[in-house]
Amino acid sequence: MVRFVLGKLVSLIVSLSVASLVIFAVVEIIPGDPAAYMLGINAQEDTVAALRAQLGLDVPKWQRYLDWVGGLLAGDLGASYTYRTPVAEMVGERLWISLPLAVYALVLSTLIAFPAGLLAASRRGSAADVGVMGATQLGVAIPNFWFAMLMVLIFAINLRWVSAGGFPGWESGLLTGLGALTLPAISLALPQAAILTRVMRSALLDTLDEDYVRTARAKGLTWRQVLWRHALRNALIPVLTIIGLQFSFLLAGGIIIEQVFYLPGLGRLIFQAISSRDLIVVESVVMLLVFAVIVVNFLVDIAYAAVDPRLRRR
Amino acid sequence: MGLAVLPRTLWIGGALTVLFLGAALLSLVWTPYDVTQLDVANKLKGPAGAHWFGTDHFGRDIFSMIMVGARTSIAVALIAVGIGVGLGVPLGLAAAASRGSWLDEIIMRGNDLVFAFPSLVIAILITAVFGASAVNAIIAIGIFNIPVFARVARGAALSLWQREFILAARVAGKGPVRISAEHILPNIANLLIVQGTIQFSLGILAEAGLSYVGLGAQPPLPSWGRMLADSQTMISFAPHLAIAPGLAIVLTVLGLNLMGDGLRDLFDPRLRRART
Repeated sequence: MVRFVLGKLVSLIVSLSVASLVIFAVVEIIPGDPAAYMLGINAQEDTVAALRAQLGLDVPKWQRYLDWVGGLLAGDLGASYTYRTPVAEMVGERLWISLPLAVYALVLSTLIAFPAGLLAASRRGSAADVGVMGATQLGVAIPNFWFAMLMVLIFAINLRWVSAGGFPGWESGLLTGLGALTLPAISLALPQAAILTRVMRSALLDTLDEDYVRTARAKGLTWRQVLWRHALRNALIPVLTIIGLQFSFLLAGGIIIEQVFYLPGLGRLIFQAISSRDLIVVESVVMLLVFAVIVVNFLVDIAYAAVDPRLRRR
Repeated sequence: MGLAVLPRTLWIGGALTVLFLGAALLSLVWTPYDVTQLDVANKLKGPAGAHWFGTDHFGRDIFSMIMVGARTSIAVALIAVGIGVGLGVPLGLAAAASRGSWLDEIIMRGNDLVFAFPSLVIAILITAVFGASAVNAIIAIGIFNIPVFARVARGAALSLWQREFILAARVAGKGPVRISAEHILPNIANLLIVQGTIQFSLGILAEAGLSYVGLGAQPPLPSWGRMLADSQTMISFAPHLAIAPGLAIVLTVLGLNLMGDGLRDLFDPRLRRART
């Protein structure tokens, strides 16, 4: 196990290093002069020179890269060019919307997928199974931002149950905050729930084919007992992995859903920074999201191996 | 084999796919209205009469825009699949042919690395820095197709390398490149086609998402994602603007997914029996 974890740790560090190099290269080297890019084509030459000095662009590229990574490791994400505030502060505020949104969506996706997958697998071939599988086909085909727009149309505009978007802030109460995140979380969860339902169903069907299930039936357990005690437990391993991987997907996928609902999360921060050419913010937020995704995937790998010893040998 | 035994999913999926491919191709030579022509007198008309799907806030015909949008979506997703196949398959074949070597190791590690990246975020980064355009959307989506095809190609090729007919080809003096091209590739084509339809449908969704946030094809070229973005502020009084492009995306993606399922069943009947 120790060797396995160490191996994964090495690849985690390699992934993060490559990720930081790629992002740094894409943002700061390939487009030419970042200062000129940020100021646009009509900028005066001395203005560009002043910004270059201010951004520290007059030092060698490798030095800039090391400074940037060193800053990241110390929690210093640089200062926004347009807002003149530390990026870490801006990210911190926005994270309190993006993170709860991803967690909320993950919970919803799991709550939908578990019973749906269980129903489909335990009544394989029945009308219920066909219905669930048809719904999952639809679920993976619907773009989540369009589903979000339809929900705004139905629940906010026609029924007037909720507001069409925006975020009142957590200080106005936990329930009010969660209420504002409900439609976004449902839209974000829908395609993931469809995928998870399929994984749940096929994992259950696989375990139901196993010898130990037949043995349990032969020793006199009822079908229901076998399903709950034996099949479900073993099917959970692949399902939990997918849930873990989905979290990172939901965190990254939230950036489009935030646009639909005008939620001031990381996604809106990125797009605002893109339109104001604030490269430092774009770079830092992207790196942060990539970091979160890679680290979550690493933790899932470790958890998976801890639960299922067969995987450690790989 | 008669047509009647084709899987039903293949029929439905194939029909939907042909419908949208046909609309995209037809839009090259004919659309009911010119999509760049503004007709403000007829703006925001509901779906009726001369405009089957209604008109948008500039009086442009939605049906015509859906047709041209199909062209944009399909072109972006298809070329992105082409990038994935063109670069990923040779990499996967090379990795399989040199199994266990440093080359195999480098290719597979590289694959894992790209897989670890959140593709949407990187696509946004690429289009943000290099400018929003259909070409940059293609590149951003295509990059993430490469490891998918490399992995499928390698996995399928590895088991083939153990087979007798490959051994026979080696005895006959053929090198790994020729064996990969002449014997391995034709035998894994089925799998690649199935994966291709899946990546194609994911590409349509990705293109829609990118153009929804303004990072895909740029005006005046219509795209489904941007039609949805434009409709958002008008959804309370003109919901038809949001319905048509959304349905177009759903039906195209659904069609491709069903076709992929159908093709998989067709190519591997054992799987069909096991799954149903």
